[in-house]
Amino acid sequence: MSATQAASDDTLIARIAQGDRLAMQVLYGRHHVRVFRFGLRLVRDEQVAEDLISEVFLDVWRQAGKFEGRSAVSTWLLAITRFKALSALRRRKDAELDDEAAGAIEDTSDDPEVTVQKKDTGDALRKCLGQLSAEHREIVDLVYYHEKSVEEVAGIIGIPENTVKTRLFYARKKLAELLKAAGIERGWP
Amino acid sequence: MMAASKKIVEQEPSDIELLLPWHAAGTLSARDARKVEEALARDPELARQYAVIREEYAGTIELNESLGAPSTRAMQKLFAAIDAEPARKPSASQSLATRFSSLFSSLSPRTLAWSASLGAFVLVLQAGIIAGVLMDNRPSTFQTASLSMNEQSITRDLSAAPPPRALVRFAADAHVGDVTALLDKYQASIVGGAKGGMFRLQFANGSMSKDEFANLLSRLQNEKAVSLAVATP
Repeated sequence: MSATQAASDDTLIARIAQGDRLAMQVLYGRHHVRVFRFGLRLVRDEQVAEDLISEVFLDVWRQAGKFEGRSAVSTWLLAITRFKALSALRRRKDAELDDEAAGAIEDTSDDPEVTVQKKDTGDALRKCLGQLSAEHREIVDLVYYHEKSVEEVAGIIGIPENTVKTRLFYARKKLAELLKAAGIERGWP
Repeated sequence: MMAASKKIVEQEPSDIELLLPWHAAGTLSARDARKVEEALARDPELARQYAVIREEYAGTIELNESLGAPSTRAMQKLFAAIDAEPARKPSASQSLATRFSSLFSSLSPRTLAWSASLGAFVLVLQAGIIAGVLMDNRPSTFQTASLSMNEQSITRDLSAAPPPRALVRFAADAHVGDVTALLDKYQASIVGGAKGGMFRLQFANGSMSKDEFANLLSRLQNEKAVSLAVATP
């Protein structure tokens, strides 16, 4: 995100704090897709993800006056989304997920080997990215897709910066293992 | 040299290695990015790992972009909820500057231009009124001379009786020294002139009677350096 857009986001938040509905529409239009995708990758349910973004932006409407600008608005949005997503996961009874397991269980609904048979490494990579645990998925997405710095990721997830670095390293290692199991050698590790 | 990436699997990854994903995403500081670039240039294994990371980076973007976008239902739900929220009052902590800023930003450029013009007109009008009041209060005796010496006479005029004055034309052959000596002798000072060669002299002797003043003029008239001395009109 450019510095100009970040400054513009701050201005929008200031206007939202004053009850400016139009500013809210602009901010929503600018960020709702990324918020949705981040939420969807965490909860894996489109309906829940759509509900999430309504909740996230409603929180923004209510809390805009308390935003101090210490982080980028997009970072703030992702932190709220993550919190809401984890809350939604805890509420979801039929998913057989408990608080501790939610971040650790891998999704094995799809078999990467099926993808490999298509001899499409790109597809296999995307499939394996989907196999990562929620904990690993979120850090991969935050760094690669949402382009957050080490410091920003640490703020969103609420862990030390060194842990951010090592967690991503082990997420990548896990991804390599999944690909290897699917018959794809990439030369690392 | 032991390559930085050699340690990765068996041991803890190196600091540079840990930064590679952020380097791929372009979110490192300039200093860290330079360090990573230097390490990549000298370590082929690290460079290979970086190539793998770039594939992961591209794959993650493709995966996220394939997720689509939410339906308009989400937005409708959000704004319905916002409309149901209680009306928001301006924060008490909102600064005066912010309120002024909001006020002016809400005005159209034309309105702002007219407001500025009106403000300027009011200022000029006010300045005119003040100047007029000051001019009216000035005593009429101050309207004669404009030399700085007049300021001295202003304070004197505020006393009970005005000091005596005379119009004097000095002799054509009078030297500066003669005039200076004359002024010393009569304790006089030049306070105005020289219109038509006449200088206005003011005497420091304070008030004097008509006879005394006539006598003074007579003595002046007899001075060698003076060709004419008369009372001020």
